[in-house]
Amino acid sequence: MAAVQGGMGDADIKTDIKTEPSADGFGNNNANDGRVLSASPGSTPVTPEDQQTLLAVLQFLKKNKLTESVEILRREAGLPENSLDPKANESAGAGSGGAAGIVDLEGGDASSLLSRVTGSSSAGAQAPTKGTVQSGSGRDQPDVSVVLSAYSQQGDPTLYKVYYRDLKKFIETVLDCHRAELSQVFYPLFVHMYLELVYNNHESEAKAFFEKFSGDQECYYEEDLRILSGLTKKEHMRGNETLLDFRTSKFVLRISRDSYQLLKRHLQERQNNQIWNIIQEHLYIDIFDGMPRSKSQIDAMSGSLAGEAKREANKTKVYYGLLKEPEIELPLDDEDEEAENEEGKPKKKKPKKDSVGSKSKKQDPNAPSQNRIPLPELKDSDKLDKIMYMKEATKRIRLGPDNLPSVCFYTFLNAYQGLTAVDLTDDSSLIAGGFADSTVRVWSVTPKKLRKVKSAADLNLIDKESDDVLERIMDEKTASESKIMYGHSGPVYGISFSPDRNYLLSSSEDGTVRLWSLLTFTCLVAYKGHNYPVWDTQFSPYGYYFVSGGHDRVARLWATDHYQPLRIFSGHLADITCTRFHPNSNYVATGSSDRTIRLWDVLSGNCVRIFTGHKGPIHSLAFSPNGKFLASGATDGRVLLWDIGHGLMVGELKGHTDTIYSLRFSRDGEILASGSMDNTVRLWDAMKAFDDLETDDFTAATGHIHLQDNSQELLLGTYTTKSTPVIHLHFTRRNLLLAAGVSQL
Amino acid sequence: MTERRFAEVSRESVRLMAEGAGVELGDDVAALLAEDVCYRLREATQSSSQFMRHAKRRKLTVEDFNRALRWSNVEAICGYGAQDALPFRSVKEGELFFVEDRDVNLVELALATNIPKGCAETMVRVNVSYLDGKGNLEPQGTVPTAVQSLSDDLLKYYQQITRAILGEDPHLMKVALLDLQSNSKIAALLPYFVYVISGVKSVSHDLEQLNRLMHMVKSLVQNPYLYLGSYVRSLVSSVMYCILEPLAASINPLNDHWTLRDYAALLLSHIFWTHGDLVSGLYHQILLSLQKVLSDPVRPLCSHYGAVVGLHALGWKAVERVLFPHLPAYWANLQAVLDDYSVSNAQVKADGHKVYGAILVAVERLLKMKALSLSQSAEGQSGAHPGSVVGAVSYRVNSPGLSPPPEPLSEAALGIASHLQVGGAGCHWEEWTPVPLPAMYCELYSFFGDSLAVRFSTGTGFGTHSPCTPSQLSDSRKEPPGPASNLDTTRKMPQLTANLNISPRQDGSPRTDPPPPSLSGPGSRSRSSSSCSRQRSAGLSREVFPKARFTSPQTTPPAFSFLIGGRQMGQRCQGRRPFQTMFATTPPVSAIPPRTYAHKLPVIGRVGKPVRRWTCSHYSLHLPL
Repeated sequence: MAAVQGGMGDADIKTDIKTEPSADGFGNNNANDGRVLSASPGSTPVTPEDQQTLLAVLQFLKKNKLTESVEILRREAGLPENSLDPKANESAGAGSGGAAGIVDLEGGDASSLLSRVTGSSSAGAQAPTKGTVQSGSGRDQPDVSVVLSAYSQQGDPTLYKVYYRDLKKFIETVLDCHRAELSQVFYPLFVHMYLELVYNNHESEAKAFFEKFSGDQECYYEEDLRILSGLTKKEHMRGNETLLDFRTSKFVLRISRDSYQLLKRHLQERQNNQIWNIIQEHLYIDIFDGMPRSKSQIDAMSGSLAGEAKREANKTKVYYGLLKEPEIELPLDDEDEEAENEEGKPKKKKPKKDSVGSKSKKQDPNAPSQNRIPLPELKDSDKLDKIMYMKEATKRIRLGPDNLPSVCFYTFLNAYQGLTAVDLTDDSSLIAGGFADSTVRVWSVTPKKLRKVKSAADLNLIDKESDDVLERIMDEKTASESKIMYGHSGPVYGISFSPDRNYLLSSSEDGTVRLWSLLTFTCLVAYKGHNYPVWDTQFSPYGYYFVSGGHDRVARLWATDHYQPLRIFSGHLADITCTRFHPNSNYVATGSSDRTIRLWDVLSGNCVRIFTGHKGPIHSLAFSPNGKFLASGATDGRVLLWDIGHGLMVGELKGHTDTIYSLRFSRDGEILASGSMDNTVRLWDAMKAFDDLETDDFTAATGHIHLQDNSQELLLGTYTTKSTPVIHLHFTRRNLLLAAGVSQL
Repeated sequence: MTERRFAEVSRESVRLMAEGAGVELGDDVAALLAEDVCYRLREATQSSSQFMRHAKRRKLTVEDFNRALRWSNVEAICGYGAQDALPFRSVKEGELFFVEDRDVNLVELALATNIPKGCAETMVRVNVSYLDGKGNLEPQGTVPTAVQSLSDDLLKYYQQITRAILGEDPHLMKVALLDLQSNSKIAALLPYFVYVISGVKSVSHDLEQLNRLMHMVKSLVQNPYLYLGSYVRSLVSSVMYCILEPLAASINPLNDHWTLRDYAALLLSHIFWTHGDLVSGLYHQILLSLQKVLSDPVRPLCSHYGAVVGLHALGWKAVERVLFPHLPAYWANLQAVLDDYSVSNAQVKADGHKVYGAILVAVERLLKMKALSLSQSAEGQSGAHPGSVVGAVSYRVNSPGLSPPPEPLSEAALGIASHLQVGGAGCHWEEWTPVPLPAMYCELYSFFGDSLAVRFSTGTGFGTHSPCTPSQLSDSRKEPPGPASNLDTTRKMPQLTANLNISPRQDGSPRTDPPPPSLSGPGSRSRSSSSCSRQRSAGLSREVFPKARFTSPQTTPPAFSFLIGGRQMGQRCQGRRPFQTMFATTPPVSAIPPRTYAHKLPVIGRVGKPVRRWTCSHYSLHLPL
């Protein structure tokens, strides 16, 4: 549906342009390199318009003395034939020949490429990009002045209060059904008017305006208002990130057509141009036909830095189904199992086998094609692990409201240096901790000790033909329960094991992501790209790829054998605080301080879902094992549940009193466990939460959800620790819940 | 929002700082700078809070702030990274504030011999908990055995605790018991401790060890983090063993097993009040066991004594229900013992007096509580229960012990420990109908005569509280000095004057005699300690008879004298003659035949107030704690 009235079209484009430089402003030189490179292989035909854009980029790069990048870009843009070479290299490196798949499917359209690189939320409008980039390229943050200049219009500062009060009075007198919807306008208007006053050096008026009306705003904006209240000078606006976010993005409101008409008529009658201008320039009003929404419906979805998500933003089809599991013949030692089954539960095996069989035969209609993105081939060891997994799965305990998991808590003792991140391997054999003193430590949870591989000289002496060569290469002298790995120069905020347990990733405040070998316990690669702290990183469930996100507001997709990112996901308005791979590895979810969650397509790099509704920075994400749902936890202590296919919020779980740092679904997806700073682990009935869904067409079409407040029914249990915030949760393959934290006593 | 206040740096401060750096600032410049400084500080604080959040901490550190400064290209501030709080001082004259910066003597530091060891290695520890069916966190201590294996730490803890408690060092034991009482992480060890405690049977010859084990029970019971569950039964069994068994230790009359029994009885009641709900039918099982012992004439008197104190500790209802109906039958036996003046019977007789005293105390409280409960049924539940066992009135009123849970007796669980009586087996549960108070008093009076009456000599509290009691009863107490004319037996109230001079001396000095019976003592403890003194002296007397009694070296022996007049009267105690005794103990004590002394003393009874709080009496135990 056409979203905006006629007059708004232009403004729409203008602000879209502004988004892009904002990404640039925080991107950095390395990132620029990366973007160009990663984008390069696909750019074959270049239209004149694109050439202009490329020129602009080249100019920008030159001014920043990035000659190498210029060189590369020019070569690749000018000589498209050459680009085939790196492409070939890349695919060879991937070891599966699949990287080419990405590249091919990416399409040769350079403009879409560029738009993806510079800001995926923006659509089209390449030409003006050049202007902004060029004009701002000489400065540190080129976009600021451009962005702020929108405020240069002069109005009578004393009238701002009158305007605002006028509108307030009007909205208070409209019919109840419209009031809630129109009230959404208050917050963005308030902020923009305040900033306009500040920008035009009306300090005292701005202060008075703030004091008068800040109390009216919804409580969940308090954090933003606090930052705003500290800002009283034009000089301060420069370089203030929050402000930039607010400026560069249009605040999105969803309003029914009736309510919108009401507002428009009122403003036109009153000749209230000041407010009308702001609405036109800084607000994106997503108009829908039908019943106006209720206050609770609005409150459920609002709270993010830039309002709600546009409805189109969540319309793209998402292939949320799981990939087909590769067929693996069960090993010959079936006799063992048979014997075991005779003793214990002879029943279990049969249905399990069936389900495994049916799963592998039938292709999930919602699943992406098997080679949508290239995935590494299974090694023999992976197959062995898969077999182990299946064996364990047969012994899995079926959880439910009447059968809650026991929890096993790993408490880190003597962690005076500060534990900042924890991860467990899928088979729960290793636990790794990232510490504030820049170290990464790995412990073995099983009696099996950690051993290094022998030195090269010793390896030469080994009989390579022997059956137990894998055992022989290990140096028994180095066996210990834990290993420390040094390399980072700042606190380690994110940590992730590779699925095959051979590698460990860590992301740190120093802006790097490091790949460690768990065979030699040394650092293999330092991935540099983020120049600011990297808050989180995670391996793909199939290995090889990993994602990282940090303070620079972009998430990057890497492959372990590339030192530069393959994709850059840009669009968040504030720090990316957590990153998660979808179980089918085709999508990446990122949570951010801008209080939104975005889902990115790994293949195209596009943002395919934007979820709003959290009232605080999001610190944990978890996909349900079937890939259909996403759970998110934030500093507001709430867990929200999302239906990925429909792009809808489907549940709200209230109960925690502090930031939720960890979320995890049980292996079969019946139970959602959440771990929080409030020293508790809570268990939620995920089955029930998702079953109760009313996914009728209307809800799906409009995205207007009715959330019932049934948190108490869904809460199955609470485990409390004495004084240990829960920072990691993990379900073992048999569905025992593991939790980890460090005592704060 | 309107009243939001931020920390502000005043322009004066800015000017001062500028001066410090050698720059003169104008007013307006300083003002602008001050405002900007405030803003930048706020900004840095906000970004530093991000670091805190990602480090998953609640506390903002200096390091966080420095990182935020580094973001905005400002040099980090060094020297504030210490963990301890930095004292912020002010200088009055200069209106200056500064952070105290102490000089560190590097030489001293470098040459220091006590090099800090450094903190222990970071490690991971595992803890298990699970939920019950309703989603409530199961208390610790019920760790499923499948995952329960003792870690090295726990094992070490267990060894050290048991060693400390059963060892020689009283101080160590105290520390160990305290820890046992407050440690929250020993749930996994509970079965082991219970096992240790069940070893009472093997150390019945060693009073000291028995005492220590009983203290261990107390600590475990009082530990708020322990869920005793079915271990209660085992603990109760061990405690009952100490109360009821004719311990090997009691063969030697020098051993003060009475105190142990008293203590164990108190412990029993404590376990019962606090954990009785964990095992169904516990109350009845305990009562049955006690009753069985009491009704078994073959059992030694010390076992009977245990049964009586056990009943007493369980509350007056238990006394009413078990002891009172048994009294007529029991009395004959006791009387026979008490009336046998033969030398060979001295020891047994002394024991008999112990039982006599214990019964007296028990029935006294029975009467008082019953009267009180009668008056309360009219007045509501106001007023304190004198002698309430746990102290909390409301708790006692609601507690299952006072109004025993109406469980069918057949429900009593099987397979219980040996010292809990299985319901229905062995001895029957008598049909029991409450006896009205006056009748009860009359009956009791018939046993005890004036030694019971003298306990109610004040009479006021009782008499006024029971307006419904017949005059016959109130007379008997209201006019203690006069002849109780309404009773069919004439009696003279005893006139008792006690004059006690105790020279200060060590209370628990090991080999000297225990302190003389302190008549003004505040509770059952004084009774038991006095009784134990008697017992001990009696024991002595038997051994060293006819030597002088108070022979142990005393610098200043106590001097006390009693004048007791009155007449021991009762239908069934024909043996009691009117008596008037006066004795001043110290020098001429040897002249008095010890058995007389031992005989007469319990008759004097206890003039002191009844037990006020059991905790109090329980802590005043004459034990090395």
